[in-house]
Amino acid sequence: MSSVAQKSGFGATLWDWLTTVDHKKIGILYLLGGLFFFVLGGIEAMIIRLQLITPNNDLVSAGLFNDLITMHGTTMIFLAAMPMLFGFMNAIMPLQIGARDVAFPFINSLGFWMFAFGGLFLNISWLFGEVPDAGWTSYASLSLHSPGHGIDFYAIGLQIAGGGTLMAGINFLVTIINMRAPGMTYMRMPLFTWTTFVASAMILFAFPPLTIGLFFLTFDRMFGGNFFDHTMGGNTIIWEHIFWIFGHPEVYILILPAFGIFSEVFSVFARKRLFGYTAMVFATVLIGFLGFMVWAHHMFTVGLGPTANAIFAVATMAIAVPTGVKIFNWLLTIWGGSIKVTTPMLYALGFIPSFVMGGVTGVMQGAAPLDYQLHDSYFIVAHFHYVIVGGVVLAIFAGLHYWWPKMFGTMLNELLGKITFVFFFVGFHLTFLIQHWLGFWGMPRRVWTFMDGQGWNLANFVSTIGALSMAIGFTVMVINIIMTTIKNERVGNDPWGDGRTLEWAIPSPPPFYNFPATPLVRGLDTLWIEKMEGSKEMITPAEPITDIHMPHGSIIPMLMTLGLFIAGFGAMFHQETSWGLGVLIFGLAFTFVTMAIRSLKDDLGYYVTKEQILQDQENIKRGRN
Amino acid sequence: MSEVQMIKRSPAEQSLSQRRAKESMRSQVAMFSLMIFLTLVSFSMVFAHLNDVPGFSKFFIIPTLFLFAAVQVGLQLYYFMHMNEKGHGIPQMFMFTGAMLGFLLPLTFVTIVWW
Ligand code: HEM
Ligand SMILES: [Cu+2]
Repeated sequence: MSSVAQKSGFGATLWDWLTTVDHKKIGILYLLGGLFFFVLGGIEAMIIRLQLITPNNDLVSAGLFNDLITMHGTTMIFLAAMPMLFGFMNAIMPLQIGARDVAFPFINSLGFWMFAFGGLFLNISWLFGEVPDAGWTSYASLSLHSPGHGIDFYAIGLQIAGGGTLMAGINFLVTIINMRAPGMTYMRMPLFTWTTFVASAMILFAFPPLTIGLFFLTFDRMFGGNFFDHTMGGNTIIWEHIFWIFGHPEVYILILPAFGIFSEVFSVFARKRLFGYTAMVFATVLIGFLGFMVWAHHMFTVGLGPTANAIFAVATMAIAVPTGVKIFNWLLTIWGGSIKVTTPMLYALGFIPSFVMGGVTGVMQGAAPLDYQLHDSYFIVAHFHYVIVGGVVLAIFAGLHYWWPKMFGTMLNELLGKITFVFFFVGFHLTFLIQHWLGFWGMPRRVWTFMDGQGWNLANFVSTIGALSMAIGFTVMVINIIMTTIKNERVGNDPWGDGRTLEWAIPSPPPFYNFPATPLVRGLDTLWIEKMEGSKEMITPAEPITDIHMPHGSIIPMLMTLGLFIAGFGAMFHQETSWGLGVLIFGLAFTFVTMAIRSLKDDLGYYVTKEQILQDQENIKRGRN
Repeated sequence: MSEVQMIKRSPAEQSLSQRRAKESMRSQVAMFSLMIFLTLVSFSMVFAHLNDVPGFSKFFIIPTLFLFAAVQVGLQLYYFMHMNEKGHGIPQMFMFTGAMLGFLLPLTFVTIVWW
């Protein structure tokens, strides 16, 4: 950032954001994109809960209700939770390891645009009035049976977004393996970087199965395939296996970065080194491996037979062990710490009991015989919301408050942050705790309405009130964000005052080349070590300041994705229209042309000169005094 | 573009790198001969089986061929693609994880999907 804010026109700013390959800006794009879809998914959730507030309600029709639950789940997992976590990974992880950017800035931007266009594609289904309606799991017999283009939107939209996710994952892996600053050994990496690493490795292995499954589904629905059609020799169960071979790792891809965020927050605000760092790393890796061995626990009732069920039940329960290790390490990190209850810390403290409850219900469901009772009941809904909202969403909110100053250079209001927490946290438990009992009392999940006199009325009413409270909390947060942005009070390097990791050693937001000179890392909690030694500059440079080589921005990633987006519509309409095939070919050709341009035209990048860096340094110093 | 940087080697470094190169060449050639030998043996075994030479039954040849194939894959990866050299720990971990999943997932499919 040539920190003198140059006044530039709206067009230039827009162009800058469309073409950016800077990891910090892409991080912000991911975060805002994720927030947008979080709002959409949230509105869908509110309508679902309002429909279920009383028995025999007819706020929405049964068909629309199916659309709503499907889009709610799909949006929340693929378009809200993952992108927001990617936002933090992009913005923060390179800073934590002392890198100037991710390994492949161009691919990073491509990953973002694929997410954005994939999400757009999915949601355009609302305009067509033909919306995915077979649940976020889209089980094959049902999804093949679904009329209209709804499921086509699901298959193609997720294919595009999923490709972006895979690219982002590979990019993070290469970045962490190759671009750590001198001295940043694996066992000195902050936990958020570690969890990013393991989650990315899981993406690498889990997303190809999803890609294949979605292609099968696409062929079955749009190109006359019969992979899942048993009347033609296909097998409908394969979809379930493929989906869950992806799906279970996916839930850990979501929760591991959340664990990483909380690990940072705990040690910063307890002002203690993370307890059991080695055990934490080991547990993260172990969870990553075990996460691939348990997918069939989603299919206990399919009829795999007692042997298979027993094996998968035992494997499932094994995951609870490393998870437990983590919980105890967090507790022991807080233990005896000098605790500062800031907003992020509040979320972290709320996370522990909430997530433990979700873990316990998970182990209950992991017991195959019991799962025959629980499966497809509201108990399942309660379980996964306890882990996903009580784990992932709380972590996203914690990360949002914790890293907001680093990403935007302003500090979210603490009082409003705490108000958000209270409304959201109380609302969350109000909504989902009672759903465990709704499950016990026999209410099935994914039902449009229910009849009077089954003893479910009060519980459903309470649940809806809780959802309203969550919505109020979220609204307060949005107000907080808007107010903070308008006030625009700039903050320094380490606004929390207790930062331990490298990102807090540089300005907020950092200059676009991050580090004037690559830092030398001398141990875990790099910045903390410097602070303890009374270092003034807070960074020990590993090299003299020299010219820095940076990549140019590029519009090509967006155009490349646009081609796929167009091809998607072609694939969808080629059966009933004459122009479909042409559009499909045009879209793909367009993408290939952009790929060719990218390959043939080298981007040689440019240099930030030493003089400019020194000048920036000087400006920053002068600004500080 | 001043991307390329020239660093002079000291005589000691030069001779060390020459020795390294020589050693790696020697092992490459040795392994290449071994692989050709294994291939020859494999073909001869099948040829012997086709000509009803006693002792070369199907049940002996097929497992042996698989064993040889595994050895060859290992040699290919470790010697020709240099996985035995330093700095390949991470790629190895990812490859083995992938291979393990690539083995386990189909295994479960044949045992519990199409049982
Ligand atoms: C101790 C760890 C966990 C165990 C033992 C566990 C176990 C289970 C089991 C057995 C099911 C299937 C229940 C059924 O459909 O009958 C399930 C469902 C689910 N779990 Fe977990 N789980 C754990 C952690 C998590 C985490 C960390 C997440 C997400 C962050 C998660 C998300 C989900 C979701 C989304 C479903 C529902 C999928 C669907 O049918 O739509 N779980 N869990
Ligand atoms: Cu699972």
